[in-house]
Amino acid sequence: MSDVLLALLVTVPLVAAIFPLLFGLRYENAGWPIALAGSLVVTGLAGTLAWEIFTASTETGQRLVHEMAGYPAPYGIELVGDGLSALIALLISVVSVAVLIYSRSTGPGSNAFYSGFLLLMGGLLGMTLTGDLFNLFVFLEIVGLITYALVASDDSGMAAYGALKYLFLGTVGASLYLIGVGYLLVRTGSLNMLDLQARLADIGYTEPLVQAAFGFILIGLMLKIAVFPLHTWQPDAYTYAPDTVSAYISALVSTTAAYALIRISFDVFTVDFFAANQLITDAVVLVASISIVVGSLLAAMQTEIKRVFAYSSVAQFGMIVVAIGLNSRTALLGAVIHLVGHGLMKATLFMGAGILSSAYGATTISDYAGLAKRSPITSGGIAVTGLALVGIPPSIGILGKWYIALGAVESGSWSVAIIIFISTLLTLTYVARIIETLYFNPPEATHEETAASESVEHVAVGDEAVADGGLETRVATERIVVVAVLAVSTVALFASVDLFTELLDPVFGRFFQ
Amino acid sequence: MIDPGSVLTTDLVGLATTRHAYVLFVLLSTIGLYMLIANENLVKKVIGVNMFQTGIFLFFITSAYRVGGSAPIIEGAGPYVSPLPQVIVLTAIVVGISLTAVGLALSIRLYNEYGTLRADALREVIGDE
Repeated sequence: MSDVLLALLVTVPLVAAIFPLLFGLRYENAGWPIALAGSLVVTGLAGTLAWEIFTASTETGQRLVHEMAGYPAPYGIELVGDGLSALIALLISVVSVAVLIYSRSTGPGSNAFYSGFLLLMGGLLGMTLTGDLFNLFVFLEIVGLITYALVASDDSGMAAYGALKYLFLGTVGASLYLIGVGYLLVRTGSLNMLDLQARLADIGYTEPLVQAAFGFILIGLMLKIAVFPLHTWQPDAYTYAPDTVSAYISALVSTTAAYALIRISFDVFTVDFFAANQLITDAVVLVASISIVVGSLLAAMQTEIKRVFAYSSVAQFGMIVVAIGLNSRTALLGAVIHLVGHGLMKATLFMGAGILSSAYGATTISDYAGLAKRSPITSGGIAVTGLALVGIPPSIGILGKWYIALGAVESGSWSVAIIIFISTLLTLTYVARIIETLYFNPPEATHEETAASESVEHVAVGDEAVADGGLETRVATERIVVVAVLAVSTVALFASVDLFTELLDPVFGRFFQ
Repeated sequence: MIDPGSVLTTDLVGLATTRHAYVLFVLLSTIGLYMLIANENLVKKVIGVNMFQTGIFLFFITSAYRVGGSAPIIEGAGPYVSPLPQVIVLTAIVVGISLTAVGLALSIRLYNEYGTLRADALREVIGDE
């Protein structure tokens, strides 16, 4: 019974993706309601899955398995749901609903966009739930393809440029991952994750082919996660994409790739592999640490608001990858919490920035001067979420960072703890700059040019505001509500640490036996 | 365990004659990757990506081969070649073609917008905006 749930989670969005195009032939605005219905169903399914795993008392109840088409495990493809994948599936579905509500008035409104949106959701859920390495590659490429298309759904040439750059690097990443999977297949003859775990343990972890396989998989997925110095596609893609798409992909696409890296590192290669290959472990920690520092520095140097958030993701994902190399249960708990927290925070920040840019045309930090008076709720949302990103308690941001740093100290890597502290300070510099501009800089302090263009825009949007019923702001209310609700959730989730531990305990019990 | 250094020095001939498929895999992939990085023409970059992937497909197909093996249809006596890598390559080819299509479509859009297919020229134009 329960295992059908896993298959439905992947198939519902994939099948639903046909309908916006199909009904679009007849009804112009068919896409949005279909996409919303699909995401709500998926949210229900993901919630049920998480609840079943949360309340299960037996070990088989905490790791649900669905054999696709009835072929047994090492030969057929398995879908696996445990605490970790249920958590990510829940994040995907909740963010999807939020982004959809946000996108109702702002678009891109074409039916093709909503088909792509549902396909992307199905691909992400497939990556989250699959128990097969090659199946993961296929879903990785589905996610990649749809992401390139969605980034390019803005009409500008720059969006196409960002998408093409992403396509080249993303394809190389996925292909490198495929080489790694090929090496494992050649050595063991298996693609099933748990089967591979047993076979690799027999073969031994110091064999060059196994080490090379991990190297290729690591580099491939790091390209998809956008860890420095493999991040170059990411700021362009996030900046040039439409606001809705930036919010969606920044929250979920890299997150799911990072989840896949965690899953493969601990379920296929296991902690024994890291213990046997100290050099690889050190390299992971080193690269990720550099990513944390450089990402934070680059973010602090940007003036364009979407680029600030994009580079900040480079730093945050550095923290998540560093936790994989630390090999500590506490740090991994922090990494998973940060994965969820970062997804929610980045979705909120990009959506908030989208509101301010469509209301006032504000795209750089200096454009934000004094906007807090004109749209207090959105500015409040950005400020609260920004502080959560810094890691000011109470927020989910501090939880993730705290456990990663704690795990670093526990395993004796003081340098990592210090790097996380430095990055927190750097995060504070750019978040404080945004908040200061929003709340304390008077609008007059900016150039006259911006003031002039603003007033021009108000004239230009005048017709639309009247059509909307004479509202003063032409931003639809539900967009502001979504930002406010998500901002509050990043604070409220501070209380959720027990839920995380309880849900993840059985999974980590297997990882660190 | 075989020491890779000794293989290279003592058995270079053996490597070229018995492992030539792997040599070809490495050559094709690296040439493709080099083309992707070094060539400024967008269409040639797409071709480079294609070559890179084709090299990987070749590696998978080679791994399935065995001397005297027949097609894996369970009728006559074995031995059979392994069907799994072939299925994988079929799927990967489909993925690769979709990527080529998206890549070319985006190149066309860029050409219509900016009138050039050169990446360095595009960087200059977009950097100015």
